Amino acid sequence: MVELVISGNYAQSYAAKLARVQVASAYPITPQTSIVEKIAEFVASGELQAEFIKVESEHSALQACISAAALGARTYTATSSQGLLLMHELLHWAAGARTPVVMGVVNRAVAPPWSIWTDHTDTMAQRDTGWIQFYGESNQEVLDTTLMAFRLAESVEVRLPAMVTEDAFYLSHTVEPVDIPSQEQVDAFLPPREQSSTLQVGTGMRLGSFTGPDLYMEFRHKIARAMARARDVFLEVEDDYARMTGRNHGGLLPTYKADDADTVLVTMGTATTTARGVVDAMRADGHRVGLAKLRTFRPFPTQELRDLASQVDRIGVLDRSFTFGAAGAAFTEVAGALYTGPHRPLLRDFVAGLGGRDVTEVTVREAFLDLLTRDAPESQWVELKSRQEAP
Amino acid sequence: MTKYEVEEDLPEAPIATTPSDVIHTSSWRTFRPVIDLKICTKCNVCWKFCPDDAVAFDGEGFPVIRLDYCKGCAICAEECKPKAITMVKEE
Repeated sequence: MVELVISGNYAQSYAAKLARVQVASAYPITPQTSIVEKIAEFVASGELQAEFIKVESEHSALQACISAAALGARTYTATSSQGLLLMHELLHWAAGARTPVVMGVVNRAVAPPWSIWTDHTDTMAQRDTGWIQFYGESNQEVLDTTLMAFRLAESVEVRLPAMVTEDAFYLSHTVEPVDIPSQEQVDAFLPPREQSSTLQVGTGMRLGSFTGPDLYMEFRHKIARAMARARDVFLEVEDDYARMTGRNHGGLLPTYKADDADTVLVTMGTATTTARGVVDAMRADGHRVGLAKLRTFRPFPTQELRDLASQVDRIGVLDRSFTFGAAGAAFTEVAGALYTGPHRPLLRDFVAGLGGRDVTEVTVREAFLDLLTRDAPESQWVELKSRQEAP
Repeated sequence: MTKYEVEEDLPEAPIATTPSDVIHTSSWRTFRPVIDLKICTKCNVCWKFCPDDAVAFDGEGFPVIRLDYCKGCAICAEECKPKAITMVKEE
């Protein structure tokens, strides 16, 4: 094991190299580009024996990975924002064809107006495509989770594509010390793929078959069951990874000082790190507050949230995206999971940090204080610049 | 062909185990294209526009409709410049 000081993007590239990806295909887009640039360098220098397929769009990049993965190759691509939106149709194809493609996504706001800074709208909009979704908090977590994503996606119980996201610039272009596991360790953790269940070389088969109303639902239910199994399989994969490296990032819904908390804020990605500091400061002031991090959005940690709800009075969700006409995307999911469960604490939705607006300690503290003192059904847009009074 | 009845019978991924040319789409047809070889100039426009690869050629280069696959869409008749193709209702 060596320690390198690398960006979140290079953490993705090193993970793809250590995974011995056989086919990589991607189209450049800010702020993702340096991920696949580095992979192209690994291929050019011979450090990675892979086919790097150059294409004319993100749509084709994902199609190249789907086709290769359908035949049994380990595949990787990466994108951001508009590129992910252009891939949308193929995201459904990847999951429907049960191809375990792994993709790095640098979360970037969606145009218009153009923005290259982070928010989670791009990946939230892929919620229903059948992809596993992880949200990274640090460059180390991005590297570790990408390696785990290959094992999870390829496992026979799951066989679904997986995306590992990181916040634009906060991780993508910020360097941190990252422990890089050795190639021998990763080879033991992540052996070559078993034969594809989709297509086999030399056998007459084709993707894109037709199914009538008599059996379409049953194919979709197979995906639903695989995604449900992914919850347990991921915990086993993370246990294995922790035995190898000593690092366990805490499963689907890691918590911070939540055990004796009466008020918990649900966070995603890098805002979590800032929120930890706020929790410490507010605890010093006597508030029993804690955090729960949505590390996986698909599969959704429904049971973990219900367990949390059994011991707290108030849960706030800090959303970095908004579903127009409804509420924050993560909030709607948390509310849905808890309403059908046995415990229903007070729920609040806080929208912050869209388009790369900094989520500072002041931002998080404002959300926490509002959560502690008010009940309001509306989504609260924190630090919104407006002449109107906030509701 | 395998008979699928419930979820557990299905393969993991929705794949087809036969090539698509076993599906004879001719049953969809109401009108069939009939080519008057005295008018045909062998320009190949019918072949170029056929959306289903249902136009082949005979030894002299005249178009021959592959009636197992022709759905009767009449695009060939519409595009034929010398109007050599007539759509005739199937009996």
